[in-house]
Amino acid sequence: MNEISVIISRLSESFLLNCKLFALTLIFSLPLGLLIAFGSMSRFRPLRWLVRTFVWIIRGTPLMLQLIIMFFGPGLLGLSFSWPGGASGRFIAATVAFIINYACYFSEIYRGGIESIPKGQYEAGQVLGMTKPQIFFHVTLLQVIKRIIPPVGNEVMTLVKDTSLARIIANKEIIMMAGEYTNKGLIWPLFATGIYFLVFIGVLTILFNWLEKKLSYFRT
Amino acid sequence: MAILEVKGIEKSFEDTHVLKNINFSLEKGEVMAIIGSSGSGKTTLLRCLNFLERPDKGSIIVNNEVIFDATNPSTQKESELRKKRLHFGLVFQNFNLFPQYTVLKNVTLAAELLAKERPDYKQNKKAITEEIQERAKMLLAQVGLSDKLDFYPHMISGGQQQRVAIARALALEPDILCFDEPTSALDPELTGEVLKVIKNLAERDTTMIIVTHEMDFARDVADRVIFMDDGVIVEQGSPQEVFGNPKEERTKQFLARYNKT
Repeated sequence: MNEISVIISRLSESFLLNCKLFALTLIFSLPLGLLIAFGSMSRFRPLRWLVRTFVWIIRGTPLMLQLIIMFFGPGLLGLSFSWPGGASGRFIAATVAFIINYACYFSEIYRGGIESIPKGQYEAGQVLGMTKPQIFFHVTLLQVIKRIIPPVGNEVMTLVKDTSLARIIANKEIIMMAGEYTNKGLIWPLFATGIYFLVFIGVLTILFNWLEKKLSYFRT
Repeated sequence: MAILEVKGIEKSFEDTHVLKNINFSLEKGEVMAIIGSSGSGKTTLLRCLNFLERPDKGSIIVNNEVIFDATNPSTQKESELRKKRLHFGLVFQNFNLFPQYTVLKNVTLAAELLAKERPDYKQNKKAITEEIQERAKMLLAQVGLSDKLDFYPHMISGGQQQRVAIARALALEPDILCFDEPTSALDPELTGEVLKVIKNLAERDTTMIIVTHEMDFARDVADRVIFMDDGVIVEQGSPQEVFGNPKEERTKQFLARYNKT
């Protein structure tokens, strides 16, 4: 094997970490965000206040800082809890930080979507004898989904690129890998990482356009 | 025998006293029109009957059963009210159809969800679903929309949407069908088709309460007219009495304003 193909295969391998982090973050933060959204809309004031403060802190500080706090925090505070050693511990810490961060952003998108549904839709469900869960699942949910697809798409694409921030706690993702070559004076691998992100985002763009089209049969 | 008795309903929103000691009763098959200027409390009264607002005081009695009593908390639980509000149907000013469902599904959805609560639902699922479908198609035929079953709400006109909403309300067989200014959101040339459907229902002895600004229609279709002003029922009687020979000064003023425009 010549050097170029070695570099490419090592970049590809490290990009798998980006992909794994991306997938795990989405799987957990999408539903967690809904929970947070309900909390931030709760009629119980202390809960609403607590959740909104939490969202403010998470959205108000850099994800990079959150990664560092997530990884080093337990040790610095002298907690009995600690992350597993080695690469897996760094990866889990990064994943947890990403999930919390993205769940907060998603929660605000959900809240906006849910609150934008006209009150008349809830009332129509109510006078037809539906329960609150029935109204949510059978009347409003699909309308909310249709409305939030564009902002969720935005957030998901940002997530793809944000995964490279995991290198701050020494997760060997693609940009960190390319950086090793840069340190040796070889710059093109760093530029090549852009192609990986571009292709990934391209696929997502197609997917979200398709979803949007799928739901274009009705108007809200 | 009265199908509906409303006794001493009061409702306030913060400092505004919207409904003041509202009393009336309604006979089975009777059509009642509620008229009055904006802000007189007509819509709030209708929303109280459908429990979209909780009255602060008073009681609502349907078929001799007390379904709401402000002094009795056990009649105010959400789970109780959900079933009891099915005595009433409500057609909204701006239709509120479910945009993601076809015309047919808009009419069947609530009935299908309610059917799931029936103990025999699992055994007779197919028969029950078919029955609901047939009934919905029959109702849509009645409002003249048999050819629009598979259309989505945004594909049909406002008048047609309101007729779907009427069929949707009828699907649950309410004792009393309420209309909240059913033609106010429609272009003038579309009001006729909706009023025709309501008139048709009146001829079939459907018990109805209609909040409306269409005075000619109220006079034509109602058995009884209530004039509300500032949260009180100022005058009630037959259309001949209220429109032809109003007793109260406020009624006269209101009607005079309408006749001018």
